[in-house]
Amino acid sequence: MSQSPSVPPWLRVAGASDRSLLIVFDDEISLPAHRDVLRLAPLLYSVRGVRNVHPAYASILIDFDPLAVSHSDVERAAAELYAQAAASPLPEPRTIEIPVAYGGEAGPDLDPVAALTGHTTAEVIAIHSGAEYLVHFLGFSPGFPYLGGMPESIAAPRLETPRRRVPAGSVAIGGRQTGVYPMASPGGWRIIGRTSLRLFDPNAEPPALLRMGDHVRFVPVAEGLI
Amino acid sequence: MGISACGAADPLSLRAGNLLVGNAEGAPALEMTLAGGAFEFESAAVIALAGADFEAGIPLWSAVEVPSGGQVRCGHARSGARCYLCVRGGVDVPLVLGSASTHLLTGLGGLEGRVLRRGDVLPVGQAALRPAWGKLSGSKPCAGPVIRVTSPANVWPLCRAAWQVKEDSDRMGLRLRGPALPPHTGHMLTEGVPLGAVQVPPDGQPIILFVEHQTTGGYPKIANVISADFHALGQLRPRAEVRFEQVSIDAALTLLKAQEDWLHSLV
Repeated sequence: MSQSPSVPPWLRVAGASDRSLLIVFDDEISLPAHRDVLRLAPLLYSVRGVRNVHPAYASILIDFDPLAVSHSDVERAAAELYAQAAASPLPEPRTIEIPVAYGGEAGPDLDPVAALTGHTTAEVIAIHSGAEYLVHFLGFSPGFPYLGGMPESIAAPRLETPRRRVPAGSVAIGGRQTGVYPMASPGGWRIIGRTSLRLFDPNAEPPALLRMGDHVRFVPVAEGLI
Repeated sequence: MGISACGAADPLSLRAGNLLVGNAEGAPALEMTLAGGAFEFESAAVIALAGADFEAGIPLWSAVEVPSGGQVRCGHARSGARCYLCVRGGVDVPLVLGSASTHLLTGLGGLEGRVLRRGDVLPVGQAALRPAWGKLSGSKPCAGPVIRVTSPANVWPLCRAAWQVKEDSDRMGLRLRGPALPPHTGHMLTEGVPLGAVQVPPDGQPIILFVEHQTTGGYPKIANVISADFHALGQLRPRAEVRFEQVSIDAALTLLKAQEDWLHSLV
């Protein structure tokens, strides 16, 4: 029988339910934690009984069949996989460019965001599209990317009352975060533009365009060209 | 990828109904919530109704032969909330990401990603079948008045109160009304959340994450419903009273094993 490492490679691990385990690498967003998640999460599907793996900023939720494997089995397997993977380099990140028509009908909240942050709309566009973003993970709704790296100077509070329907492809700012709504859904973030790029297609393989670890750049384009 | 698992709100009834008509446990079926409908069968079929009693006039928990042109009319649930109409061969809809289930928020799956309407026609599949079909002797293990939860901490404030299911509960979340639970301080980093998580938003009114819940949770989570009681969540009606009991993970798994053994005794 393999031996588990004497010091666990994570901050803590606990049963999140009778059929899931939550491994936590950090309580803050950090690049080392992101790399730990990026390294370990894909390997966990090879563990017998594992049904689903949900990576997040600094944690991994593992859903499994508890009548096939136990919490401690899964924890032990995760520790072994982490130890094996720790030495291997991470794959080169892809950079995905997302064309965005900012403002106008596509971005009804661009003017309010400019006013709230003390910028002109041109400045908001320049700041938003000037940054390079990291896809920490996908979650919340199909294909929705949690992006890191938005400059704080354009952070804007969520809407008081969420919209009942935000069009698919909407690029938005919510507090200090930015993201793209892959599908039409209710939403409380400020919409500053829209992309025609399809971030989620259930018939595509893979269905989600973006993946954890990708780098993303927003590229301003004229509205008619999206 | 951020896709909700979806699927049956009372998975135990769905699985039992399918086994009774000789389908694989997970064959696609119709889920009725609080009110049913009238269903006409163009060809002869073998069906089973499993779950709450919708007063269809045919026995629940039994395989029933319906002749060509026959109709099954389901009214309203007298108690409980959901009933599954399972048909031998399964309902034949295109699979989306490997599932026949409907995800209303995104309009994916099921029949055109929406609730069923009058006039809809559903094809019956020709899936590989078990040779015989059956009837449940006795009844499905009863969902008690108490929902069991596990938690790493002591959740007495949750367990000592009586809660009422709010009317705006749905397949995404069961919202409860009752004495405000103490707020959780400290910031929370977004993480994946399991089905059945009991979340506490700032207003102190718990929400149980349900089958179409979003995969990441924004609020602190204090407990999780045990897998063996997921079927009970699917039978909660608006304004129903709910109480919770905290149990250990070991106890939860013992209950789950017993439930699985019951289900497979149907085959």
